[in-house]
Amino acid sequence: MSADMSTDIAEAPGAPLLDVRDLRVVFDAEGGAVHAVNGVSYTLREGETLGIVGESGSGKSVHVLAMLGLIPRPPGRIAGGQVLFEGEDLLALPERRLRRIRGGRIGFVFQDPMSSLNPGMTVAQQIVEPLRIHLGLSARAARARARELLDLVRIPNAAARLDQYPHEFSGGQRQRVMIAIGLACRPKLLIADEATTALDVTVQAEIVALVQELKRELGMAIIWITHDLGVVAGISDTVQVMYAGRILERGPVDAIFADPRNAYTLGLLRSLPDLGRGRAGRQRLHQIEGSPPDMRHPPPGDPFAPRNAYATPRCRAEMPPLAQAPGAAPGHLVAAWYDLPALIAGERPGAREGLRPC
Amino acid sequence: MSTGTPLAEAPGLAAPAGQPALVREPGSLASFWRRLRARPSAVLGLAIVVLLVGVAAFADIVAPYDPTATDWGAVRAAPSLAHPFGGDEVGRDVLSRIIHGARASLGAGLVSVGLAVALGLPIGLLAGYAGGWIDALIMRLTDALLAIPFLILAIALAAFLGPSLTNAMLAIGLSATSTFVRLTRAQVRAVAAEEFVEAARSVGNPPWRIALVHILPNIVPAILVQATLTIAAAIIAEASLSFLGLGQQPPEPSWGAMLTVAKNFMDQAPWMAIWPGLSIFLAVLAFNLLGDGLRDALDPRQRT
Amino acid sequence: MLRFIAHRLALAVPTLVLASMIIFALQQLLPGDVATALTGEERDPEVVAFIRQKYHLDEPLPVRYAYWASGVLQGDLGESVRLQKPVSELVLEKLPVTLELACLAMLVALVIGVPMGILSAVKRGTWMDAAANGVALWGLSVPNFWLGILLILLFSVHLGWLPASGYVPPGENLVENLRSMAMPAFVLGNAIAAVMMRHTRAAMLGVLGSDYVRTARAKGVSPLRLVLRHALPNAAIPIITLGALEFGQLLSGAVLTEQVFSVPGFGKLMVDAVFNRDFATVQGVVICTAATYIALNLAADVLSAVVNPKLRRA
Repeated sequence: MSADMSTDIAEAPGAPLLDVRDLRVVFDAEGGAVHAVNGVSYTLREGETLGIVGESGSGKSVHVLAMLGLIPRPPGRIAGGQVLFEGEDLLALPERRLRRIRGGRIGFVFQDPMSSLNPGMTVAQQIVEPLRIHLGLSARAARARARELLDLVRIPNAAARLDQYPHEFSGGQRQRVMIAIGLACRPKLLIADEATTALDVTVQAEIVALVQELKRELGMAIIWITHDLGVVAGISDTVQVMYAGRILERGPVDAIFADPRNAYTLGLLRSLPDLGRGRAGRQRLHQIEGSPPDMRHPPPGDPFAPRNAYATPRCRAEMPPLAQAPGAAPGHLVAAWYDLPALIAGERPGAREGLRPC
Repeated sequence: MSTGTPLAEAPGLAAPAGQPALVREPGSLASFWRRLRARPSAVLGLAIVVLLVGVAAFADIVAPYDPTATDWGAVRAAPSLAHPFGGDEVGRDVLSRIIHGARASLGAGLVSVGLAVALGLPIGLLAGYAGGWIDALIMRLTDALLAIPFLILAIALAAFLGPSLTNAMLAIGLSATSTFVRLTRAQVRAVAAEEFVEAARSVGNPPWRIALVHILPNIVPAILVQATLTIAAAIIAEASLSFLGLGQQPPEPSWGAMLTVAKNFMDQAPWMAIWPGLSIFLAVLAFNLLGDGLRDALDPRQRT
Repeated sequence: MLRFIAHRLALAVPTLVLASMIIFALQQLLPGDVATALTGEERDPEVVAFIRQKYHLDEPLPVRYAYWASGVLQGDLGESVRLQKPVSELVLEKLPVTLELACLAMLVALVIGVPMGILSAVKRGTWMDAAANGVALWGLSVPNFWLGILLILLFSVHLGWLPASGYVPPGENLVENLRSMAMPAFVLGNAIAAVMMRHTRAAMLGVLGSDYVRTARAKGVSPLRLVLRHALPNAAIPIITLGALEFGQLLSGAVLTEQVFSVPGFGKLMVDAVFNRDFATVQGVVICTAATYIALNLAADVLSAVVNPKLRRA
């Protein structure tokens, strides 16, 4: 697929906050190179919330980690592309300059708040770090700011908890601490990588609500990476579906949920327990059969084709470009050779479970 | 892992219960050999081991002189064509003594580790498989033995048994036994927790059959790795005991004992000290390289 | 944490008791009559009878053990037949020398091994990693008594910089003391340095691959601070625990090192006792070694508990 395709048809005018162009990431492993990210291009506006959905191995996490130099190198390496953040190509920056962006203008929240916080440092020590590095605050000022940040993420009795260690916090509170660290320097962009996956369902909802509130207060852009479409629905402006290191579909959140154009998106939607979109309550849950391709030998065509009941011979031979879906909302892009709405409409009602061959 | 910790299990070998043991499929011998060959350091180690074993086995043919024959013309003679490694304090050929000394060193390494495995394996099997108070008793005993540093225990044993090469081997073997008890037990517990053992049990196999047919073959790789590394430790231990006078008795040649004498002639005949030490170093290095290579080849997950 | 320490202590006591039984039982290995063997070259029937009576040799083994153990508990390790001195006195006299040697050797091992391990983990897969691993392999494979001889050859015989043997107490002349200890400490520390390097490398690799190190990198933390502030303290626990286990190796090695450099310590005491068939001294030295070793492991457990915040507040 070409790099320009998606950026040209992209959203609003003016320079975007983040402009990813044909990013490719490879892991050199024994038995061959693993092609983890295979030409990903998209843009993100200031203040936009982008939900990136996909199963593990889809490249959704790897590509954001790679663009900020956070994948282990070796074995990982960037095989091509550009990532413009506020006009600067992150991939071309030396590590020293990249370090000034990480934690400063781009904040992170990682998946497992247990393992992602240093067990040997107090919460204050961990929150203070980016403040001192990026804002150059004095120890005293940084500590005062750390206390404010704990207040901000709604941890009660913040002053008393500053000098506690991560293991003295509950899972949800730890994730609040992670968010406090991610937001410490008021970043332009917050990247949340599976930020709620390791949490209980009720805690998940709390964390999502907190991030939404903070976004209203602080106005940063967010990239929310998850395998859970349900979480994405509540938080995103735009949704992007990734599979086998490629974007298969991307568009405004309502368009994606109401009018999916890629069979993989449809499969994900059908596997959601409750869509609340007027479907019959007795609808059975679907599971996408098969497993993702071996990324040491990516298939030549559409990587989802082998699992896709709607796939055409062309799908197996040639990768479709990511382009404006015909008759869909503006900015709703899809990579598919087939016309999904037509195929679904052509099916008899009983045969609508085409994604699940058995 | 190392001669530095002869009594510690090689890291990663003592898999916690529930984790798969090292090599599972019987057909993997060929692929194991391929993985071993892919490691130059392991191949080098193996080559040196083969060379040393060959030299020791055919010492009578390879050695240019009788290792105990004295020659007054060669007393502390510098290395020359006639005596490439020089002569010792009573004119014996150092090269011939090195060649024959390989027997004591390798023999001690192999015999003592063989003894340690022969004792440690059944006891560890018993502890791991029987569990309960038998296990608790055996574990406390090995704890106690491990509390006495390897060489100190070996020296004490050799002291009470009396100085001779046989007793040194016995002392080293006994001192190393607890390592194999621990390793075997940990491996047995890991393997016994696996499904195929459960399956074998459910179809009515008697315990002894499960232990010998289903468990034992699966713990062999880990034992093999540890045994190789322990041979390295045992060679150093034998040389140490002989250096102290508790191993091979003169005039029979042994690398450790040659160093004891060499120490007194350091300024006049440094070659007497160089060659035996270099031989010990080479033998120990070879077994360490081979052991490290075996571990990596047997357990790809352990690779760092 | 007190409970944790109490638990460890409760485990250490039976280990020590069992170890003492094993050490005591060693004398059963003596060929022939124990009393005759214990008297060594002395063949006077009166002396043999005295020894037989003193060590209750007519009693069964468990009873003899009880006599011996109760003596040990009161600090009585028996009497050196050879030197006509209580073994405990000999041990107390020699122990400080070996402890100084062991501490200096551990210092050498830490100063060489830990930075090398950190470097090889951080620069994993580079030539620096390969070089550090090569140095470690050398340290593990070279017999320390040979290394001692080579160093004497170089620094004493050829260069004349350091004394080949002898020992000067630190109270007498600290500089001379350190000069006499330099080579023994290096030789003894060399092998441990290799082991510490491997432990440090493994522990650092584990920590450097952890999620919280990635978090720190995502915060923009500098590489130096990443290693020293985020990774090393968390890698310290296994390094301390495994390092303490090396103390046994240190004591083993000290026997030979002291022999090579004629350092009048614990190891020399033991070797001399072995050759003089002074079995009470041998037993005394071994039991003290085992006790020191167990105590050190206990100390390492406590220390790692102090370092680990999870255990600190528990």
